[in-house]
Amino acid sequence: MDVSQYLEIFIDETKEHLQTLSDQLMILEQEPENMDTINEIFRAAHSLKGMAGTMGYKRMQRLTHDMENVFQEIRSGNMKVQPELIDVLFRGLDALEAYLAEILESGNEGTEENEEIINTLNSIAAKATGKEPPEPMKTAQPQETASASTEEAPAEAKYTSIQINDYEKNTFDKAVQQKENIFGITVYLQETCILKAARAFLVFKALEEHGEVIKAVPNVQDIEDEKFDFDFSLVYFTKDSAETIKKAIENVSEVKKAIVGAFMPEMEKSEESEKHDTPKEVKKDEKAVNNAGAAQQTVKKAENKKAAKKNTKTTKPTVGRTVRVDIEKLDVLMNLVSELIIAKNGLVSMSSSDDSKKDSGFNEQIEYLESVTTNLHESVMKVRMVPIESVVSRFPRMIRDLNKKLNKKMELHMTGEETELDRTVIDEIGDPLQHLLRNAADHGLESNEERLALGKEEVGQIYLDAYQDGNNVNIVVRDDGAGIDVEKVKQKAIEKGNITPEQAEIMTDKDVIDLLFKPSFSTAEKITDVSGRGVGLDVVKTKIEGLGGNIECKTVLGEGSSFIIRLPLTLAIIQALMVELGKEKYAIPLGSIQTIEDIPVSDVKHVQTKEVINLRGTVIPLIRLDQILDVETNEEEPESLTVVIVKKGDKQAGLVVDNLIGQQEIVIKSIGDYINCSKLIGGATILGDGEIALILEVNTLV
Amino acid sequence: MEDVNEVQNVEVVDEGIQYIVVRIGSEQYGIDIRYVDNIVRNQRITRVPKAQPYFKGVINLRGEIIPVMSLRLKFGLEPDEFTNATRIIIIKPESQSAIGIIVDEVKEVVTLDSASIEKPNSADANDVQAKYLSGIGKYEDSLITLLNITSVIIDKENV
Repeated sequence: MDVSQYLEIFIDETKEHLQTLSDQLMILEQEPENMDTINEIFRAAHSLKGMAGTMGYKRMQRLTHDMENVFQEIRSGNMKVQPELIDVLFRGLDALEAYLAEILESGNEGTEENEEIINTLNSIAAKATGKEPPEPMKTAQPQETASASTEEAPAEAKYTSIQINDYEKNTFDKAVQQKENIFGITVYLQETCILKAARAFLVFKALEEHGEVIKAVPNVQDIEDEKFDFDFSLVYFTKDSAETIKKAIENVSEVKKAIVGAFMPEMEKSEESEKHDTPKEVKKDEKAVNNAGAAQQTVKKAENKKAAKKNTKTTKPTVGRTVRVDIEKLDVLMNLVSELIIAKNGLVSMSSSDDSKKDSGFNEQIEYLESVTTNLHESVMKVRMVPIESVVSRFPRMIRDLNKKLNKKMELHMTGEETELDRTVIDEIGDPLQHLLRNAADHGLESNEERLALGKEEVGQIYLDAYQDGNNVNIVVRDDGAGIDVEKVKQKAIEKGNITPEQAEIMTDKDVIDLLFKPSFSTAEKITDVSGRGVGLDVVKTKIEGLGGNIECKTVLGEGSSFIIRLPLTLAIIQALMVELGKEKYAIPLGSIQTIEDIPVSDVKHVQTKEVINLRGTVIPLIRLDQILDVETNEEEPESLTVVIVKKGDKQAGLVVDNLIGQQEIVIKSIGDYINCSKLIGGATILGDGEIALILEVNTLV
Repeated sequence: MEDVNEVQNVEVVDEGIQYIVVRIGSEQYGIDIRYVDNIVRNQRITRVPKAQPYFKGVINLRGEIIPVMSLRLKFGLEPDEFTNATRIIIIKPESQSAIGIIVDEVKEVVTLDSASIEKPNSADANDVQAKYLSGIGKYEDSLITLLNITSVIIDKENV
């Protein structure tokens, strides 16, 4: 049965089941007696087993089968959940994930048997129930390889599967008349062989001295072009014996092995009859090969595996990226599309109606169209939105492992897993978050003893909070550990020559912490000595900025630190305020705008030579956009300034603009990599009249 | 049919490479036609603040935003004067996004075989302009400076 069409479903569902297993195992570890959890795990393992079986993933099936068995025993009360069992189960889970990854990559489950996990599972089950342990896998192993090697032999002599067409059959008959021997030959080249085509050519040349090559698989052209792995098969006529031919081939250097055997053109014939027809000497020869090869067989098997793996690695992943969409969301989309069609029809009929009605009717229809497209956009965006849960759900497990590995007691608290982000962002955000969490666990939190000595709760707390904030989604990774020692970072930075002592004097704490995100600062061990931070934080930062977001760090020495990641909700279309500067138009993303104010020039104050305004008690720095963007403007200063107040986190700034045009939905387009404009410009958009407006990157301005 | 096509292709290869000849200032430059995606009339260029000085800005080409570069500024010549003959040549290098370059005039398409192309003098290699050249083409009575278009648009040092 062809199951490839179910592959995507299989992968999605397997992921879900694995996640359930992981979640439930975490619960089980806390509450070993929880019957609901045990049942849930049993069900998930059972479905996994069934699905893997249907898809033909035997190894996966066996592993899940044994996991299921263990739970069967627990369910029926024959055994209790012990910590070591949980550990093994988690390892089993990892193994299943590895299978899944392999399937994603290559479409098959790979060859890892995970004997050890299976054995441990079985022995635990056996010990607990007092039953005779099922025959350990290890003893079964030799038999299996033995049977495998006998199976392998015909598989290695690949020539047996060469197909012969009518034309070639004629030559065959002729050869038989001339009493020539017909051999099938499979030549294996060494895996290290570089000039495979050249070696193959030498093999052909050697063969031509003794007889005639009738057919090659892959064909001669492909062999010349090196379009074969490390073996090729031939059909060959000769008057010489198999022995001589074999020798001739193996004389060519870098040939690992040649298998020569009688070749029967009729493929329908069973192997039995084929062997009967085989001349005796050849049969013997083949046997000798088999015997000699038997010892190497296991090694060879492993090599084959490796080779096979290499091959599959180069192929593209077999499964595309998918999003599971709620059917309701699709219904809404469908509905909107039909409304769009109605709107179009409305316009069509309007254009054919008489002039007097036209004007008012057109406006009405355009308004209708506008509302439909806005809704359509929103719905499409929603379809692309995925709850952040799909990335963060693996973190409790990770913290659990770190618990054991670092020998530190800690807890992870997550909130806002339901917060939704664009699929492309979700795919990318996992690694940076993992990085930050690891940092928090490894370096942020003090050891349990230190915590007790400091009068803190023994168990370290790590928080992962996600929430929506305007057009952004904020993700905060927070710990209640030691915090970052700013002074030490400063010293290290001076030592490393990143800053001068004079610079260090005037640097604010924030500036110092920003140093941690500098690439030059991320050499792991050194920074761990200083502050326990900075391992690859620059990578985290680059990744997040690549997604159009930003990251900042707040820390209080002795109380912990938090990393705040701010990500854009959507990537492609945003609401923006269009403003005018001189004759140029710019767009400011609405999400970062707080208010728009009219400020009399007389209210502008100067603090440290910088212009500020005092807006309802808050001092806000002014940014003269025309100066920053080198826009030519009128010399004369107007009586009042139009100031757009924008925010980045809790920082505010006032952007001075000449004119406000209005709010508009804009499609963000990249201006390409060629132009280097110091990140002031986040992109461009095309306005209704075909003109281009640049989008200001508020995060760089503030 | 296939055979016929093949023969034609072979002939083209034998004949050499086709270049679009453009005028910038008083000089003639040749641009390998394989890189040229499109030639458009001068249109409204939106300035991009803080960009490299030789980038005039971006244009909207059928919904695509394309940066536009001034070869005159890049080569240290007088700033562009936009006339009726001014064109923007849209270059689409392999595996990179498109970019426009401003030229004073597009003259013709010529085919140069390797015999009529002189490689640049290695002694000039230090010259600022020399690295942008791939050779000098001789066509009828005139000389055409052949641009090494990839090095013109990807210019790490000036970025």
